[in-house]
Amino acid sequence: MGVPVPSPPRYWRERRVKYRLLGSVCKSCGRAYYPPRLVCPECGSTELAEVKLPERGRVLSFTVIRTPPRDFLGQEPYVVALIELENGARLLGQVVDVEPEEVEVGMEVESVFRKCREQGEEGIIEYGIKWRPPLLPKSDA
Amino acid sequence: MRPSREVGILGYGVYIPLYRIRGEDIAKVWRRAKERVPIQEKSVPGPDEDSLTLAVEASKNAIKRARIDPSLIGAVYVGSESPPYAVKPAAAVVAEAVGAPPSVIAVDLEFACRAGTTAMQSIVGLVASGMIECGLAVGTDTAQGRPSDELEYTASAGAAAFLLSPKSPETVAYIEGAYSYVTDTPDFWRRDGAYYPSHTFRFTGRPAYFHHTYRAAIGLMEELGLRPSDFDYAVFHQPNVKFPLEAGRMLGFPPEKLKAGLLSGVIGNTYAAATLIGLAAVLDVAKPGQRILAVSFGSGAGSDAFSIVVQDAIERKRRLAPLVVDYLGRKRYVDYATYARYRKKLRMK
Amino acid sequence: MERVFVLGGGATKVGEEWEKSLRQLFVEAALKAVGDAGISLRDVEALYVGNMSSGVLQGQEHLGSLMATWLGIPGVAACKVEGACASGGVAVHQAYLAVASGMYDCVLVGGVEKMTDAVVYDLTTALMMADDYEYAASTGASFVGLNALVYRYYMKKFGVRQEDIAMFAVHDHKYAARNPLAQFQFEVTLERVMKSPLIADPIRLFECAPVSDGAAALVLCSERFAARIGASELVEIAASTMATDTLSLSDRADLTTLRATRLAVERAYKMARIEPSDVDVLEVHDAFTILGVIHLEDLGFAKKGEGWRLVVEGEVERDGRIPTNMSGGLKARGHPVGATGVYQVFEIYQQLKGIAPNQVSDAEVGLAQSVGGVGGTVSISILKRVR
Repeated sequence: MGVPVPSPPRYWRERRVKYRLLGSVCKSCGRAYYPPRLVCPECGSTELAEVKLPERGRVLSFTVIRTPPRDFLGQEPYVVALIELENGARLLGQVVDVEPEEVEVGMEVESVFRKCREQGEEGIIEYGIKWRPPLLPKSDA
Repeated sequence: MRPSREVGILGYGVYIPLYRIRGEDIAKVWRRAKERVPIQEKSVPGPDEDSLTLAVEASKNAIKRARIDPSLIGAVYVGSESPPYAVKPAAAVVAEAVGAPPSVIAVDLEFACRAGTTAMQSIVGLVASGMIECGLAVGTDTAQGRPSDELEYTASAGAAAFLLSPKSPETVAYIEGAYSYVTDTPDFWRRDGAYYPSHTFRFTGRPAYFHHTYRAAIGLMEELGLRPSDFDYAVFHQPNVKFPLEAGRMLGFPPEKLKAGLLSGVIGNTYAAATLIGLAAVLDVAKPGQRILAVSFGSGAGSDAFSIVVQDAIERKRRLAPLVVDYLGRKRYVDYATYARYRKKLRMK
Repeated sequence: MERVFVLGGGATKVGEEWEKSLRQLFVEAALKAVGDAGISLRDVEALYVGNMSSGVLQGQEHLGSLMATWLGIPGVAACKVEGACASGGVAVHQAYLAVASGMYDCVLVGGVEKMTDAVVYDLTTALMMADDYEYAASTGASFVGLNALVYRYYMKKFGVRQEDIAMFAVHDHKYAARNPLAQFQFEVTLERVMKSPLIADPIRLFECAPVSDGAAALVLCSERFAARIGASELVEIAASTMATDTLSLSDRADLTTLRATRLAVERAYKMARIEPSDVDVLEVHDAFTILGVIHLEDLGFAKKGEGWRLVVEGEVERDGRIPTNMSGGLKARGHPVGATGVYQVFEIYQQLKGIAPNQVSDAEVGLAQSVGGVGGTVSISILKRVR
C-alpha cells in the first residue's frame, strides 16, 4: 500500500526545519532540541526560541539498515545513527560518504544537504540533512 | 561589456562528489584501447546526490567565504543541463536551503555547459544596476554519459557558486568586463524525453567549441584593450584536456597559464560547473593584482568570457571554506558496476 | 474499584495464516475465549480490540464495530485500542478499567494482527509508525534499526558480548517447541542464531520476532458476575498499569533502560502488593533479544547490564528462579503485533490455571509486560491465582 499517502503539503510544511536543521532552545532551562518543540520536555516551559542547530556532532550509536522501508528500497545498505550535536541536541540521521565498516561510535560528523527519498516516480523529491565525516578539521571561522 | 558599476566576487565555493571512476575501468567494459581514454578519472555523484544538492553545498561554501547573512541574497540563478525536474525550479529549493529570503529573484537557466557563466553574467547585470545588493550564480551538473559513447569517459558531476556584489574591499576579485558570443550551432543536444544527449563528434570541435571560445575571448580582449600577456591565468571550458590546451594555443596562452584552472583530467567534464570550478581553483592560488581570463562554452552554442582581477581580500577569505584541492583530495574509486548503479543506468523496471 | 477476574481465554495458532482474514482470526479467538469462560456472547457488554496496523495494511479501521458485527453482538460498547506493539496490553488495561470502574460486569478483550498480506518493505514502513514518522522514519530507519542502536549502545556500555544476549532467542525456541500455538515449534542453536543474516547491524534475523498473523482473546468479569455464573478457581488481575516514555530514542536520557517499564511495574508491584521475587512466571516483550535482556533488568529481576546472566545461567528456565516466556516469547511464539499483549496475559492465565503447555509448578503469581515502539508505551498485568 502507498500509505502513508505521499504528501507535498506535508513535506512543504517541514522544509525549513529539514533543509536548514532548525531546532529549539528553551529560554528557561537552556536545553536544545531537534525538531523545534512547543513545550520543553525538561522543564515544561512554552517559551522556546527557534535556532539554527550546529552543523557538527558525534555518533552515539549506529546501525546499518539492510531491510529498508518501501520508500528507501534500493538505497540499502545505509547507515542510520543517533547523533549528538555540539549543543546537546540529539537526532537520528543517515551517515553517508563512508563505508558502513568505517563508522565508529564517537566519530565526528558534519551536516550535508542530500536527497532523502522520492514520492514515487512521478512525485516530488524530498531533500534533507544527512551527515558525513568532516571534510576539514574544525576551524574557528 | 563593462557594467556601469563595478561588480566583485564576494564569495565563491565549489563542490565535487566523493566518488571517482577511472577512465581505464570504463574502457575495460567497452573493450576500448587504453590509449584512447581521454582523461584519467572523473567524478561520480552518489546515489543521494543530484545537481540541486551539489548546488546547495557549493552555495553554502560561497556564503561562508562571503561572510554575509544569507538573508541579504537578492537573486539565485542556477544553471544546469541536468536539473532534477523538467519543470520545478532548483533555484527555489537552493534559495530556501541556503537561507535566502522569499524576496529573491530565482530562476533556473539552461545553455548546456555555459549555463553557470551565463548565470554569472545575469547576476553582474542585476548587481550593477542596483536592483540587488548581492546575488548567487551557480553552475551545477550531474551529466549523464551514454554507455560506450565517447562522452561517457568525461561526463561527470560538480558545482560552483559565485556570490557577487558591488566591488568593495570585501570582494576577493572584481569583474573587469564580460563578452558573450552565441550562434545557432547544433553540436550537442538532448530532445525532451531522451535519457542521453546526442553529439556530432568532430563537428563539436572547430565550428562549435573553438569558434565560440575564440570569438568570445577575442571580443573581450579587443573591447578591454588587453592581450594574452596581460593575463596571468586562463581558464577555458574543459570537456577534456586537449580542447582547452588547444584553445589556449590558438589565443596565444602558454600551457603554464592554464595549469591551475585545468582539472578535467582528474574530475572529468562537470558541464555547467566546469569553467567556474576552474576559476575557483585559480582563485584558490592567485595573488592580489593578478588577472584571470575565464571563457566558457556551452553547446547549442555560445561562450561567455570574463576578465577578472584579484583583490587583497582573497588572502584572508580563501580559507573560510574548502578549497578545490580539498575536494580533489577526497576521493573513493568505484567500479563500473557501482557507477552504473549510482548513475541509474540499470533498468529497474 | 471493583475486583477484576479473567474468566476465560483463547487464541489462534500464530503464523502465516494465509487463509484467515483479520476478522476471521479475531472471531476464532473470541469464540474460544467465550467457550473457555463458559459464557455466551450475549453476556458481553463491552468489547476492546487491540490492533496496530489494520488501517495501513488492511485499509480497515473502526474495528470495534467490525468485530462486534462479526461476533453477532452489535450494540455493545466497542472500540479499537492502539498503542503500537503494546496495543494488546493496552487493550487489556482498558478492559480492566471497564470492569474495575463498576460500569461493566463482563468484557471481551482481544488483540489481532494480520501482517502477512503485505510484503516485507511495506511491513517495515508500517512498523516504523511506532516511532516518529516525521523525524525518525524520514531518515530511512527501520524499527529493527532503532533497536539495533540500543543493542550496540548497551553492549558498549556494559561490555556484554552479542552471543550472551542472543541466547534469549535460543531460550524462546526451546519452549515454543512444545507450545501448539507457537509459530516456530522447533529449537535453535546459538550458532544458527549468530549465523543468520544481518537485518540491521548488529541485529540478526534470528534475534527478531517474526512477521505473524494471530489473535488472542480474554473474558474479564466482575466479582458479582463470577459469582452469578458460579465460576470457581478464579484468576484475578491484581494489577493493571501502563506508562509512556518519549516516543523517540533521541529524547531519552538513558538508552539502556525503558523508563516506561519501571514506571508501570513499580506501580503494579505496589498495586498487587508484591515484589519481584514473588513472581512465579513471567512474559516479557522480547521483540528483539536485546529487549528481552533489558526487560529482565527493568522489571527488577537483574541489575542493569546483567540481564543476560539470567538467560545464560538458566534462571529463566521452567524450573529456574524466574521462568520467563514459557510460551516461546515474541521470538518463537510469534508476534502478531497488536495481539501479543493479549497472548501474554493468556499464557499467564493458563499458567495460573495449571493448563499451560510448559507448566511452571505451583504458579500463583504471574506478570506480563507489553511494550509499544522502543518503549514509548508499556503495560503491565499482574495476575494472581485466587484460592
